[in-house]
Amino acid sequence: MYQDLIELRNITKIYGEGHAAVHALDHIDLRIRRGEFVAMMGPSGSGKSTCLNILGCLDSPTGGSYRFDDVQVESLSLDQRAALRRNFLGFIFQGFNLLNRTSALENVELPLIYRRMPVRKRRELALKALDDVGLAGWAEHTPGELSGGQQQRVAIARALVGHPKVLLADEPTGNLDSARSKEVMEMLSGFNRRDGVTIVMVTHEPDMAAYADRQIQFRDGVIEAVP
Amino acid sequence: MILWEIYLLAQRTILRNVLRSSLTMLGIVIGVGAVIVMVTLGSGTTAKVTQNISKLGTDILYVRPGLGSHGPGGLRIASKQFELADAEAIQNAIAGLQAVAPTTDSNRQAIVGSANRTTWVNGVTNAYFTALGWTLADGRWFSDAEQKAGKSVCLLGQTAQKELFGSTSPIGQALRLGKVSFKVVGTLQAKGASTFGQDQDDVIIIPLRTMQRRIAGKADVRNIVIAVAPGVSTQTVTADIERLMRVRRGIKPNQYDDFNVRDMKELIDTFTSTTMVMTALLSAVAGVSLLVGGIGIMNTMMVSVTERTREIGTRLAIGAMREEVLLQFLVEAVVLATFGGILGILLGLSASVVGAGLIGVPFIFKPGTVALAFFFSGAVGVAFGYLPAKKAAQLDPIEALRYE
Ligand SMILES: Nc1ncnc2c1ncn2[C@@H]1O[C@H](COP(=O)(O)OP(=O)(O)O)[C@@H](O)[C@H]1O
Ligand SMILES: [Mg+2]
Repeated sequence: MYQDLIELRNITKIYGEGHAAVHALDHIDLRIRRGEFVAMMGPSGSGKSTCLNILGCLDSPTGGSYRFDDVQVESLSLDQRAALRRNFLGFIFQGFNLLNRTSALENVELPLIYRRMPVRKRRELALKALDDVGLAGWAEHTPGELSGGQQQRVAIARALVGHPKVLLADEPTGNLDSARSKEVMEMLSGFNRRDGVTIVMVTHEPDMAAYADRQIQFRDGVIEAVP
Repeated sequence: MILWEIYLLAQRTILRNVLRSSLTMLGIVIGVGAVIVMVTLGSGTTAKVTQNISKLGTDILYVRPGLGSHGPGGLRIASKQFELADAEAIQNAIAGLQAVAPTTDSNRQAIVGSANRTTWVNGVTNAYFTALGWTLADGRWFSDAEQKAGKSVCLLGQTAQKELFGSTSPIGQALRLGKVSFKVVGTLQAKGASTFGQDQDDVIIIPLRTMQRRIAGKADVRNIVIAVAPGVSTQTVTADIERLMRVRRGIKPNQYDDFNVRDMKELIDTFTSTTMVMTALLSAVAGVSLLVGGIGIMNTMMVSVTERTREIGTRLAIGAMREEVLLQFLVEAVVLATFGGILGILLGLSASVVGAGLIGVPFIFKPGTVALAFFFSGAVGVAFGYLPAKKAAQLDPIEALRYE
């Protein structure tokens, strides 16, 4: 077992070709330890989301190597990457991305369905996860019947229900007011401290980044030296 | 994901938008319904006609003077009539015959007291009854002596009996055809309407000789009805008769027959092939509506994929395999199509029951057709659902997640 859970080496990501080419990531090295809470900061367009998508195996880098725990991600097929996401990663998005007209419980169960978990077991786990985010009484409510903060908590429950190794969050508080944002951040940092969930979070709000153990500054596709 | 889960999901998605789903299914419903109605009513009609024709006797040949299918219409006036000797020659020369019955018929006015009715009068030999399977309702057949002597006796069909005698028993009563008075010796069991709708029971049957001597006034034989023995090919017999009659009538090799031999089986075959052509044509129409239905499903699924881009992105991010997404949309299309198929089957069967009653044919339930229709609707779902499902499965998760 490696000491660091994640290791990016010399990662580049280029969109487009020739004159129109955009170097979204320009030779990046990054290590993230087990149980660490990392915040990715930086101005808009600096490559944070691109980096997070690569970490999340949703996108492939143009060059460089990515080790996740004991696997070299670039050697994996699309389906193997999907399996890796399914088994070891959890996602939270700025726009929540819950399924419409589907109850909170069923939204939380979704990742477990893809893991082919039996109904009773996954129901039990999903209810527990909803309880953990303080939504015990809201299982049957659909996203339309929930506030933004509640929706993001459902999304957190969905991301964590399968006990992933890493939780990846792209501006999780971007659509929330400051009180709701605080709630969500308290919750995330609680999961990080209590359960040891590794978290990588993109944000451009210093208040939110303050919850993290470490802050990484992006600028024009490179990571600035940490002060 | 387990198929059952995918099915439930599809069902829920479809029921969520009932109006859209119904409209999408409509093409399939109509297509499948039309197929069911056509096949059911088609086989009902075929069954009815076949049954009617077999009532006439399937192994019956009718030999008549007149040009066959070669000439311009069946001009029997132009050609020489048969005579008794022709029937005897057939009887003696051709093997495999059960009965050879020369007949001469015409329409005549029958009078009983004040009742009168123009009806079909048929002069026959006793072989006629065997050939066509007539049975007695009451009284007796003609005796050989009556046949030979040309006695004025008659048998009545049910309709003629009812019209002329009402409810009183006609046996032993008198009946007048022109100037000749006939004694009713028996009545016949009802045969019902023929395939061509004419009432076979509206008949007065008299001995052939009586017909020739006292009614027609000439020794012509207008028809020779032949019952072929079971297991003997009617085609062979037909050919034999044609050969024999050509010789007897002195037809030269380069001339057409001036008589024709009709086979009831041929009639059934002609009818069946006509209905088959009809069925094929209408099936093509049904096929087109299935095609249109399939395109409708493809269209709706395309829209659905676009609308649910974010959902697809989310599923992919959460760890769905591309095949799982493909399967989800494919199953949805198939469920949509088979729902439509089931509706179409139910609708088609109900319409067939009603339609069969209206046109007076039996309702024949064909499980094979229903199964095939169901299978076909599913196949339409697969065929037309594949493209949208493929499109869904190939979405880029990042772009899909960002889709507004
Ligand atoms: N799919 C894409 N096609 C082309 N350019 C892209 C694409 N995604 C991101 N970029 C570009 O890459 C750079 C980094 O984007 P991103 O990682 O989204 O930045 P951030 O999340 O820090 O705002 C930006 O210049 C953006 O315009
Ligand atoms: Mg971003």
